[in-house]
Amino acid sequence: MSKKTANMKVVEGSYAVAHAVMCCRPDVISAYPITPQTHIVENLSQMVANGELDSEFLTVDSEFSALSVLVGASACGGRSYSSTTSQGLALMNEVLYNVSGMRLPVVMNVANRALGAPLNIWNDQQDSIGARDVGWLQIYVENVQEAVDATLQAYKIAEDAQIRTPIMVCMDGFILTHVYEPVELLDKEMAKEFLPAYQPPAILDPANPKTFGAFADPSTYTEFRYQQFEAQLKALTKIELVAREFEETFGRYYGGLLESYFVEDAEIVIVTLGSVIGTIKDAIDAMRSEGKKVGLVKVRSYRPFPAQALRKALKDASVIAVVEKDVTIGCEAGLVTDLKAAFYNSNIRTPIIGFAAGLGGRDITVKDISKIVAKAEAARKGIESEFEFLDLRTEIL
Amino acid sequence: MAIKAGSLVDPCSTRMTKTGAWRTFVPVFDQEKCIKCSLCEIYCPEGCIHQEEGRFVPDLDYCKGCSVCANECPRMAITMVLEEK
Repeated sequence: MSKKTANMKVVEGSYAVAHAVMCCRPDVISAYPITPQTHIVENLSQMVANGELDSEFLTVDSEFSALSVLVGASACGGRSYSSTTSQGLALMNEVLYNVSGMRLPVVMNVANRALGAPLNIWNDQQDSIGARDVGWLQIYVENVQEAVDATLQAYKIAEDAQIRTPIMVCMDGFILTHVYEPVELLDKEMAKEFLPAYQPPAILDPANPKTFGAFADPSTYTEFRYQQFEAQLKALTKIELVAREFEETFGRYYGGLLESYFVEDAEIVIVTLGSVIGTIKDAIDAMRSEGKKVGLVKVRSYRPFPAQALRKALKDASVIAVVEKDVTIGCEAGLVTDLKAAFYNSNIRTPIIGFAAGLGGRDITVKDISKIVAKAEAARKGIESEFEFLDLRTEIL
Repeated sequence: MAIKAGSLVDPCSTRMTKTGAWRTFVPVFDQEKCIKCSLCEIYCPEGCIHQEEGRFVPDLDYCKGCSVCANECPRMAITMVLEEK
């Protein structure tokens, strides 16, 4: 245990993630600075300048270019890294599909932030939830330590010969990127042992020319999409395996696809993603001491969507309340609609209600969680509102 | 032939995609009017017009029938004709 805690330091979340990226030894890093991601790539740039990290760091004119650079770098066989957020992720959209379609195992930290308009630099998860269909895997983390650990795990999952799919490690902007907390920084040697060098199945090489992402007409296009779909389903097993393997080496485990907290006997179960989980766990501890049977399911892997694991974890709940920092304008929100879809053809008929909360950086407090639990309690007798904006300030409307 | 993940292929893969099936109008060359200026060959966006025994001819496996050659021909020696099968 002493060895495992030897590297514990109080650092900023962004530094901790940059340090984790350094331990993954990327050949190429390309990024464009954008709040609240800036400190991550600033730290990496410093590490390269200091000679601590032997990577090509490419500064570019936009996020579109940043990810385009990595298409080339990854196709040439280089381990590739970027980080972005919000408008930057939106600008990358076209390239996101190319990276996943070419099956390039790029890893990217998304420092989750709201999208404009109206302009807002604070945290919510609209950016990455909005990118749920781009073919990337998505892991959402609860705290800085998990962000560090998930970044190392991400390369191992992405580069697996059966998966070969890029990953976004999504961490709440400011709340996790700018917080200082005690973090066990990764040990370089242990990380190297855990994550060996990338072995690409084919590379761009003038001596042996290949085309990546070649034209596919209607007679083959469907099959390429099917292959990507299958690879994501295989990742359901791989994510859990890698999480367990990580636990064996580093002694930390956060659940693979999801984590359950007081779910066994819970009547009301909250389902959510990201850093709000800490607050919810505190709220649950308090409610449990009052005898309220409330539990939590934390969704770590949003893509692939762990439908089967969620059905298993939630089968005994009397009511499910989904809390998420995104909204699908015109149809509820991402997680709640996916969860309902996962349940529809099963024999589980638990009422599911959804809440958009914490949009544009509004705090989600313990009081808010109590409000959600009260609404969930009421929904047991019949759903009044299937989806609502939590804490809506009607007085300014 | 089995596909490779990521649409990974060897060079010259576009040769396998015969885009001629996309065509509605086919260019018909009047060899009497042709002055061999080669503008049709230069402008063809598919690069599918070539010389055979001194005559310019389109490769109908790849010609999409876009009419650029007919538009560029200074002698109006190329006519686009509705192709019915």
